[in-house]
Amino acid sequence: MFKVVSKEEIAPKFHRFVVEAPEIARKHRPGQFVMVLPSDDGERIPLTIAASDPGSGTVTLVVQEVGKTTMAMGLMTAGQEFFSVVGPLGTPTHIERFGTVVCVGGGAGIAPMLPIAGGLKNAGNTVLSILGGRTQELVILREEMAAVSDEIIHTTDDGSFGRKGLVTHALADLIAQRGNPDLVVAIGPAIMMKAVAEMTRKLAIPTLASLNSIMVDGTGMCGACRVEVDGKTKFVCVDGPEFDAHKVDFDLLIKRLRMYIPEEQVARERFMGAHECRATAGIARG
Amino acid sequence: MKVQRHEMPVQDPLARIRNFFEVALGYSAETAIEEAQRCLQCANPPCVKGCPVGIDIPAFVDLIRKADFEGSLAKIKETNTLPAICGRVCPQEEQCEIVCVMAKKYKPVAIGRLERFVADWERDRGLVSTPELAPPSAHKVAVVGSGPAGLACAAELARFGHKVTIFEALHKPGGVLVYGIPEFRLPKAIVTFEIQNLARMGVELRGNFVIGRTATVHELLNGYDYDAVFLGTGAGLPYFLGIPGENYIGVLSANEFLTRVNLMKAYDFPRSDTPVRTGRRVAVVGSGNVAMDCLRTAKRLGAEEVICVYRRTRNESPARREELEHAEEEAIDFRWLSAPLAIFGNEEGFVTGMRIQRMELGEPDASGRRRPVPIPGSEYEIAIDTAVIAIGQGPNPLATKSTPGLELNRHGNIVVDERTLMTSIPGVFAGGDIVTGAATVILAMGAGKQAALGIHDWLARLARGEVIKPQLA
Repeated sequence: MFKVVSKEEIAPKFHRFVVEAPEIARKHRPGQFVMVLPSDDGERIPLTIAASDPGSGTVTLVVQEVGKTTMAMGLMTAGQEFFSVVGPLGTPTHIERFGTVVCVGGGAGIAPMLPIAGGLKNAGNTVLSILGGRTQELVILREEMAAVSDEIIHTTDDGSFGRKGLVTHALADLIAQRGNPDLVVAIGPAIMMKAVAEMTRKLAIPTLASLNSIMVDGTGMCGACRVEVDGKTKFVCVDGPEFDAHKVDFDLLIKRLRMYIPEEQVARERFMGAHECRATAGIARG
Repeated sequence: MKVQRHEMPVQDPLARIRNFFEVALGYSAETAIEEAQRCLQCANPPCVKGCPVGIDIPAFVDLIRKADFEGSLAKIKETNTLPAICGRVCPQEEQCEIVCVMAKKYKPVAIGRLERFVADWERDRGLVSTPELAPPSAHKVAVVGSGPAGLACAAELARFGHKVTIFEALHKPGGVLVYGIPEFRLPKAIVTFEIQNLARMGVELRGNFVIGRTATVHELLNGYDYDAVFLGTGAGLPYFLGIPGENYIGVLSANEFLTRVNLMKAYDFPRSDTPVRTGRRVAVVGSGNVAMDCLRTAKRLGAEEVICVYRRTRNESPARREELEHAEEEAIDFRWLSAPLAIFGNEEGFVTGMRIQRMELGEPDASGRRRPVPIPGSEYEIAIDTAVIAIGQGPNPLATKSTPGLELNRHGNIVVDERTLMTSIPGVFAGGDIVTGAATVILAMGAGKQAALGIHDWLARLARGEVIKPQLA
């Protein structure tokens, strides 16, 4: 079993778990992920590793509550256990000294960006980070990202923090001021990564995107995660999760991510119903 | 002596398409004894030669005839550690039963059903017979993969007294027995029981551990300090057709479809968390045993029309006859001589249909089967909500690619010594689908057992200092 050593809510509906998983902590490289099955009859979900500590044998996962499984994880407490954590999966990020790298992280995508930015910084790159969220408190891991960035720009949709607007606006301005960076890494919602890819394609700036498709096993066995890259079918779980963003068919990815929306709705409502009942029962008893 | 082979009772088709319970219900003790009486007890029994693991079939059948079920099972277990599983999923009609002397004039002795009967008899009574183990050796062996090859190899190594750890990538052990073969053909409780037996024999099981990611084969030999490694990683990589439209939503590999339902219990959604959706019309491409499992699973999930699309005819279908017949009884719509040309979808990316080419049989091809040839102008379209691609699986490269020095053939299968099943790396052995390509449970088990002998021998030579473990590069 995989014990939750600590859990804190770092932003509304964003939880940081530190989980005991010594073998995974030892082998983890930036860009890799784990499959987590919180309970026996649960669902296996891919979560990118935000940090790992081989010394204490732990990995850090940042989970945003979006569906039933992540909402249930939001109710867990330190000392409880995940039924299964498997990894580290996926091909690690190719890290070398590129020169100047712009790391564009949106929403929950900031968490997987953290070890990648750290790795790039350690390899001697100048790391410029652009972090975006809907509102101030949803721009997560600001201090952690600042520690591995030479410069950092924040954007919010509502202008409550940093500059108002999207990460792509900030990226366009940055490129206009400083010229083309040597590499852009984009991690966030598929629509954000698509917008970044379209902008940098015109400027011929090499760009990586880390894709977040639906997975079941995470080891190349099922093909649920398949995407098209350069017209060829690829499995995100083993061929990725990172690909040349200019070659990814983001429209297909966005469509495939919608596969189970009706079922996700059913599961969420069922969970919220059960949870409300429990809360009410508690009050009645108390 | 009765000459008629005893039929095995089955669930009524109309009832069983609404549940996931086992279809075939097994013999009663009386029926088993009567069926056992049909065996001629040949002096030179062809059935034993037909069995990939060489079970002493006349002996175990004779013990059933004498109502010594415990003794019969012990006899089987001398050569086969997983009789409840093999009795169900072995293609006996191509192995032991096809050569039965009774088959010349009547029908063969129902060897598989008898094997299944004694194994179930033991389990139903909660009896546990773990084989005798040799005194502990000083050796540790890592078995990679908990499917049929790995389970058989681990059991045999444990009997030799070696300390065995099975590494499994998924959260439940059993490999294809658990994620692939549906409950209605192989109840999961049986697999669980067999795995518990292994645990009683001292075999350690580590789930959630991916060789090639969590640790490499070289690390198992060095950092983890195992003396030998067995790779039984199976055929886990799904093949797709390579036709247009295969990435529409609702086009699934057989592996994904079956894993969602079997391993993740999607049939029980939303009580279980993993969903699966069939819609009203499901097309399954392919006609092997895996395709039969997908067709019949789709039916049980409530699909109204379930269509099998296969480019050859029923005669060439690689599925077991019994599986085909069961599928036919369950009103599967078989479209023989039909090759999928393209898959269509709508604006939102969901699959809506499939274009099919009618075929006819031409000259025999390399496999000896008559090659299907397109009939020009015969294309037609069907409307579907889900397509499941069940045309086979290849070797999953995670473990092999991360093992420098491991010799593979052009298909990505591991090359082994025919006798010992040792790979190009000393101390690393392999068997089952990862070596042969997708085959049967019993062949994988046979390979697991054979490799255990090779490993046992290699460990003895290691102890004598005749060989050394490869060092981490």
